[in-house]
Amino acid sequence: MSAEPRLLEVRKNVLKQNDLVARALRERFRAQGTFVVSLVSSPGAGKTAFLEKTLTLLHPNYRVAALVGDLATENDAIRLARSQAPVKQITTGTLCHLEAAMVDHALNGWDIGQLDFLFIENVGNLVCPSSYDLGENLRLVLLSVTEGEDKPLKYPTIFNSADVAVITKMDLAEAVEFDEDSLMANIQAVRPGMRHFVVSAKTGAGLPEYLQFLAAQLAECSQKTPV
Amino acid sequence: MHELSIAMSIVDMAQEEAERREVTIDAVYLDLGLLSGVVADALLFSYEIACSGTPLEGSRLVIKEIPIEVFCSTCKAQKTLNSMQWFCCPDCGMPTPNVIHGKELSITALEVHDERRTAPVGSS
Repeated sequence: MSAEPRLLEVRKNVLKQNDLVARALRERFRAQGTFVVSLVSSPGAGKTAFLEKTLTLLHPNYRVAALVGDLATENDAIRLARSQAPVKQITTGTLCHLEAAMVDHALNGWDIGQLDFLFIENVGNLVCPSSYDLGENLRLVLLSVTEGEDKPLKYPTIFNSADVAVITKMDLAEAVEFDEDSLMANIQAVRPGMRHFVVSAKTGAGLPEYLQFLAAQLAECSQKTPV
Repeated sequence: MHELSIAMSIVDMAQEEAERREVTIDAVYLDLGLLSGVVADALLFSYEIACSGTPLEGSRLVIKEIPIEVFCSTCKAQKTLNSMQWFCCPDCGMPTPNVIHGKELSITALEVHDERRTAPVGSS
């Protein structure tokens, strides 16, 4: 046998395993009529407060639940449980993002068919989650007015992997001299046509428009009506 | 940093292929899109760690960075973006959200040599 080096052509998607699990999840969610929304942001952008408000406001009319990824604590799950919606924590240890298999595993014991909306809160990180499909219908990227209007330019990849941008903590806008036009221009530069909502989980401002949007997405996805 | 778990996947997949074909790997060739969310330098560093103690120890990771290509609906043509901060056609300036290439993360080739079969030591 020859020890001469040679080149073998192969074609292997490195994230194939994750993509396969995500595809199976998406198919399952579709078959059950569940609309799945994931949330990504940097740590401290207000994902948990926003999600708590979302769950609380949707809960009377829709069957909602949430999975929440966190490195170490279960604090987020405890906070979200105040909304009365079923909540499960995914503790990732040192892993900086959620993967489809973790979502799949966390759903054990839950009857997805009983849910209109499932929310998945990713680990606070604007880099790593962008590579991993979780089988969601809609990916929200959150950023707060305190983070700087150029954030989309610094993290174009996550904005490109997300469907909708949510600007949070609008109640602080004046104090930090937030420039909404500048942020919008930066979002459109990295993701032309991206839809956005401007909200405050604290005051509730902007939430009705966002909830209407979710309801329309669910209706479009499954033709289901509120229970 | 998720590059280490990605490097470990690369090593596993390459090794699986090497075993199937009964070859030893000298290098793994990877297409890495600029929008893949994976940083080439961090991946190279992680690859060395991921290889250690495996049959791929000492092998190279050869990364080909894939630029972002979009379809410009105004020009009706595929265009290469100059910047990932500016998703507009470099020629006509219209917004170009339609990404064709740049999210790749795939092994494209393996540089290998055949496994040396140790000649059986002559038994007396």
